[in-house]
Amino acid sequence: MKALNVALLVALLAPPLAAHAADADPRRTGYDFMTPQVQAMQRDDAANPAMLAVQDGAALWERPAGASDKSCASCHGAAATSMRGVAARYPAFDAAQQRPLDLRQRINACRVDHQHAAPFATESADQLAIEGFVALQSRGMAIAPPADARLQPAIERGARLFNQRMGQLDFSCAQCHDDHAGQRLGGSTIPQAHPTGYPLYRLEWQAVGSLQRRLRGCMAGVRAEPFAYGAPEWVELESYLARRAAGLRMDAPAVRP
Amino acid sequence: MARTLITSPKTAKRGEIIEIRTLIAHPMETGYRRGDDGAVLPRNLIRRLSCRYFDGHDDVEVFSAELFPAIAANPYIAFFTVATASGTLRFTWQGDNGFTQTESVELTVA
Repeated sequence: MKALNVALLVALLAPPLAAHAADADPRRTGYDFMTPQVQAMQRDDAANPAMLAVQDGAALWERPAGASDKSCASCHGAAATSMRGVAARYPAFDAAQQRPLDLRQRINACRVDHQHAAPFATESADQLAIEGFVALQSRGMAIAPPADARLQPAIERGARLFNQRMGQLDFSCAQCHDDHAGQRLGGSTIPQAHPTGYPLYRLEWQAVGSLQRRLRGCMAGVRAEPFAYGAPEWVELESYLARRAAGLRMDAPAVRP
Repeated sequence: MARTLITSPKTAKRGEIIEIRTLIAHPMETGYRRGDDGAVLPRNLIRRLSCRYFDGHDDVEVFSAELFPAIAANPYIAFFTVATASGTLRFTWQGDNGFTQTESVELTVA
């Protein structure tokens, strides 16, 4: 009888609980899909290997470069204040180049225009270090893509790309990351593809890498030929992903399996 | 010079067991992999980490570890030691191609 009462109680309690869960934001970051061990590694700055790159980035921030002999700090001052929330706003529309730029393109534009230095080589240690250092300043802040009408065409093209089947396997991003998120692909959990932690340390890479590197891996995975680094398609996809993840908390530089 | 992150308490009570955590940026290339051109990538490993505790008169190795190809890049190693007296903890990583890196942290024992 007592067991029946408990069962009844559970049955009565269940609908309101389920309703409550449906009200909450169903979006989960990659962090939520990781094992507790990898989560602990990310939370602890003494164990997160991406923090080694961030140290390099902090040094780069202060180091003069190019013909101007100016460092990032010469103009921007302390990154902790000037770069707070910046990574959470990118990609953003750049008036000078009349196109949306992601964070690394913005940094390279700064290098070329203001420091009169060579842009960082794509996916180089220096590029990832400075990007990681800037991204760290937005840790814990909500992703906040700018409400800029000039970004809208890029976001729409990004949304189309996200839903476009591609490659020999003929899969779209959405078929895994919308339709089957939380399920497994081989040994890995499929996350919802919210880019909250880039650039991040990926255990599979044994290195820090960018969102573009991650997306290229996904494209190769569906047997499609990845867009080249820096292609406009990436910025469009990144713009759409930022809009899709708006409001989620940044956890860069993250650790991912 | 590789980047390192060492986390250890600045102060401790005499006889207290303290945790020391180390992280160093290193590729830990195994020597078994091939690059994009098909050529074997030369082995580049950290072979040994040692920690010496100098408390003013004795310089004692309190911890050492040998590292092998199966250790991941950017090796993270944590260990414990007993705080006996105020002094210096000196960490030395040694590896292939003459790699040597030494870092020191101070420890005050009350």
